[in-house]
Order: sequence, then structure tokens, then C-alpha cells
Amino acid sequence: MEKRDFLKSNIQTPESRRAKLDQRVRRAFWLFSGIPLILALLILVALWLKSQPILLTHPITKLLFGSAWKPQRGEFGFLPFISGTIWVTLVALVIAVPICVLTAIYLSEYASGRLQRLVKPLLDLLAAIPSVVYGVWGVLAIVPWVQNSIAPLLSQWSYIFPILTKTNPTGYSVLAGGIVLAVMVAPFIVAIAYEVLQTVPFGLRQASLALGATRWQTVKYAVLPKAATGIFASIILGCSRALGETMAVLMVVGNVPQIPRSIFDAAYPLPALIANNYGEMMSIPLYDAALMSASLILLIMVLGLNIFSMLALRHVLRERV
Amino acid sequence: MSEISPHIETQNLCAYYGSTQALEDVSIIIPRNQITMIIGPSGCGKTTLLKCLNRFIELEENARVEGKVLIDGENIYSPYVEVTEVRKKSGLLAQRPYPLPMSIFDNVAYGMRIHRLRPRHEIEQAVRHYLQVAGLWEEVKDRLHAPASQLSIGQQQRLCLARGLAVQPEIILGDEPTSALDPISARHIEKRLVELKERYTIVLVSHILRQARRLADYVIFMYMGKVIEAGIAQQVLSAPQHEKTQAYISGEF
Repeated sequence: MEKRDFLKSNIQTPESRRAKLDQRVRRAFWLFSGIPLILALLILVALWLKSQPILLTHPITKLLFGSAWKPQRGEFGFLPFISGTIWVTLVALVIAVPICVLTAIYLSEYASGRLQRLVKPLLDLLAAIPSVVYGVWGVLAIVPWVQNSIAPLLSQWSYIFPILTKTNPTGYSVLAGGIVLAVMVAPFIVAIAYEVLQTVPFGLRQASLALGATRWQTVKYAVLPKAATGIFASIILGCSRALGETMAVLMVVGNVPQIPRSIFDAAYPLPALIANNYGEMMSIPLYDAALMSASLILLIMVLGLNIFSMLALRHVLRERV
Repeated sequence: MSEISPHIETQNLCAYYGSTQALEDVSIIIPRNQITMIIGPSGCGKTTLLKCLNRFIELEENARVEGKVLIDGENIYSPYVEVTEVRKKSGLLAQRPYPLPMSIFDNVAYGMRIHRLRPRHEIEQAVRHYLQVAGLWEEVKDRLHAPASQLSIGQQQRLCLARGLAVQPEIILGDEPTSALDPISARHIEKRLVELKERYTIVLVSHILRQARRLADYVIFMYMGKVIEAGIAQQVLSAPQHEKTQAYISGEF
């Protein structure tokens, strides 16, 4: 059928053939660009269906806010894992964001063109290192460092800041996970924040400099306000990557299903839970469904963060115009 | 005619971008309280010369300057001079206006605030004053705290003028400041500049000969990085001495 159509169009005028081809290409592109969206929806639906057994037998509040994780007894509280994910991500962002934003500002506003051309590819290279390599590095370098140096140093302040209390004799902790994650998301945040800063027109900087402003005043009052929404977007992107990062984190956070109270506590983020247990212990009833709903929760967290930030950006942009 | 009193003077000024020479041995004077226009075909170094006058040339990668630029007899390239002070002495009108990402009011107040030129309670009055001088006050007085990006491009250029005047410069530099504007807005800017020459030395780059005839008191004609002819506008534009100037003015290139 399709073939005959094509043959028929061959004897038509070149103009209408061009128009037809144009139409077909447009449809093909429309289809292809729809695939990711459909895929995401399918995954969401599949996860939802697969978690039905547990969603139907356990109240949702118990699942989300229950802190007991005893699969053998049929108790599935995800709070330790959800809070583990949030803790590790927050620690990573607290470490990465200031450093990354300042790096991007330095590269874009202060560094010479030569330095920019040298450093940018190096940062991109950092993004290409496999996750498991970061994990090994975390185990060999970061975990002992946290255990031997950072924890003794910072826990002195625990009487003021309870989150610095040292409760864990090892270095496998939220902090170790956060440090490794911070290094992993840094190239993304820096690269995007840098691109955003580069889109600010050069004439705007000149306008400020021409008034006798210093470089820092120019950055602070002219460049950053213009780039703020884009930099915010780069942080959100880093955040979504951090939420989902699995391998490197599970190698260094300790994987203890508890709600962390201190950055030196071990944690058990959602991705680690899924990766560690899927395919094992499947004889326990509902375990399979529990892991599926863990995936569902993780997916919803990431999607929710992205949708929220999209709406927030739109709101800010509308006020600016 | 009264004797020319120089406000800006360049001595053997050379500028390079990498290995290409953009200015060759430029020695000119720019008279006080007059409109000086730098004219010439594109690529002749007009804008580069202008950029040398507020050290904007240093923002270009690989740019290098030799020679001297004296403003009131002081070399602005001397290591003892602070670049922010040099730039504060001259207001800049770029080819297209770039309002800062803040309100109309804050745009004008910006320079006064970063240089702490006035006590806080005087800023409001000063903003009003400079907006009036730039001929924008009547159009914006009811929306001073609206974002400056809401203004039309012609209004934005006048806002940039007000913003530049607010740091109390002695010089106004303009790099084809009307080229992106519609004819009416362009006239508006031109009118302001003619009014302002009483108090400021004005240096404009232009490739529009008619504009030079309308505005210029003093003309500098450049070609291939060199100054070919400089002098009183009427003389240069109606009776050029040099053959290249003659060719340019008769429209040959």
C-alpha cells in the first residue's frame, strides 16, 4: 500500500512531491519525539501496576511514613530509604552548589579564553568517568578520610549541631555518599551554569563596566540576575542526577535501613535498596511489589522535582518580562 | 573662531588584536565641549579608537595598546591610574542599548550607588534630574519601578544616556548610538547630544555622513587604521584636503 502511494507520487509534479515528503518527514519527527514521553508514561504505568499488590494491602501513609522495614514480617516502611535519599542528595548539593556556581562564574567571567578552553574539556571528562569508578574511589579514599579525619574533627561541634554527632565507627556514611555524589554532579552543574552565563550578552557587561563598575559588581548586579533562572535550572538538573545515582552511592553509604540523624550515620537510599535486592529474596511475599513501589516513589520524586522547578522557573520568568 | 582647547589627546597610539594592527600611530586631539565625530569606512578602526578612550580595548582577548591617551593631560594607560576611575569619566552609548536587569529607577541610580556619589536621600532627586536631561522623564515618571526591559528600544537608549550621565562624567562616548533606532528615536538622541555639548565633550563614531554634517563640530576621518584627516567639521566635510577624504565624502567607498 505504502509502496503504491510512493509510485503514484512519482508521476505527480515535483512540487506536490516535495510537499508530501515534507509532510511525511514532519510526521516521522513527531512520532520520534513522542517516543520518550510515551516510554516514561509506560514505565510509570508498569511500575504502578506491579506495585498494586502492596498498594492494595498496605495503607499508603504506612508505606511512605512507616519506619519499620521488616519484609519477613510483612512490614514495609519506606521512610528510611526516602530520608536516606534526601539526606545524601542534600549533603551532595550543599557541598557541590557553592563550589560549582563559583567555578562557573570564574570560568565565564574572569578566566582568559585560553584557560576556558583548557578547563572545559577536563570538566566534561569528569562527567564521563563511570559511576563504579567513583564508587571504588569513594571506598578507597573518601570513606577512610571521613572515618579518620573529618568525623573526629567535626564531631567536636556536635553539642551545637546535633547533625555532626558521630555514632558510626566506620566511614560508610551519608557524608561519604554526599562527597562522592558532589564530585559526580559537579561537571553537570558547572557545564550548564557556564553555558547559561555565556548566553548573557557581552554588551550587558560592557554597559556596567562602562559606568566604572568593577568586575565583581558587574557580575553581581548585571550578569547573575540575568542568569539566575538558568543557574537554578542547572542545580535542579544536578539534583535529579544525585537522586537517581545508584552504584557509587551504594558502595559508600553503608546501606543500613535507618532514618539518619547525623551526617556520619549510615543510610540506605532508594536506588541502593532496589539495586541491592532486586532478584534476590524474591521468595518473601510482596517483596517484589515493595521494590517496584520503591522505584515508583523514586521516579515520582525525580519527576516531581523537575515539574516543580519547571513551574517555578516559568513563574519567575513571567514576573521578569 | 575660538582656539581649540583639547580635552582628550592621543599620542602615537597603536592598537593590535593578536598580530593584526588595528590602529597605526594615531595622534589626535579632541576638543572640549564640542561634538567630535570619527568617520570612515567599516573596518577602519573607528570603534577601536573609541574603545581606547575608556580602556574598553582591554576587554578584548589578545588586544594590546601602545602609546598614550591623555585625558586632561593625564595618561589613562599609566599603571597608577585605576581603570574604574577612567571609565567613570566617560559615559558610553553603545550601538544598541543594554538596560541592566533592574528597574528604570535602579538603572539610573546604579552608577551613583556603586560609586557612592550621593547620600541616599538625594538619589531620588538625582534620578529624576538625569531622566529629564535625557528627555525620558515625562514618559516614565509613572512607572519608575517597572523593569527597564519594558521600554521601547529608543527609550532604552535614552535610559542608557541618563544612566551614563548619572556618574557625572565629563565625556560622552557614542559608538553609532543611533544605528539600531528608528528615525524618530534617532533624532531624539541627536537632539539631546547637541544640548549636552555645552557641558560635556562628546565623541561619536558614525558611518553616516549626513549625521556628521548635522552634528559634528570636529571631524576625524580614518582609513585602514590611520587618521587621514582631522579638523573643523565644516572644513573637512566641504573642502577636504586629502584625496582619500575627498573620495569618501563624495561617496566612492
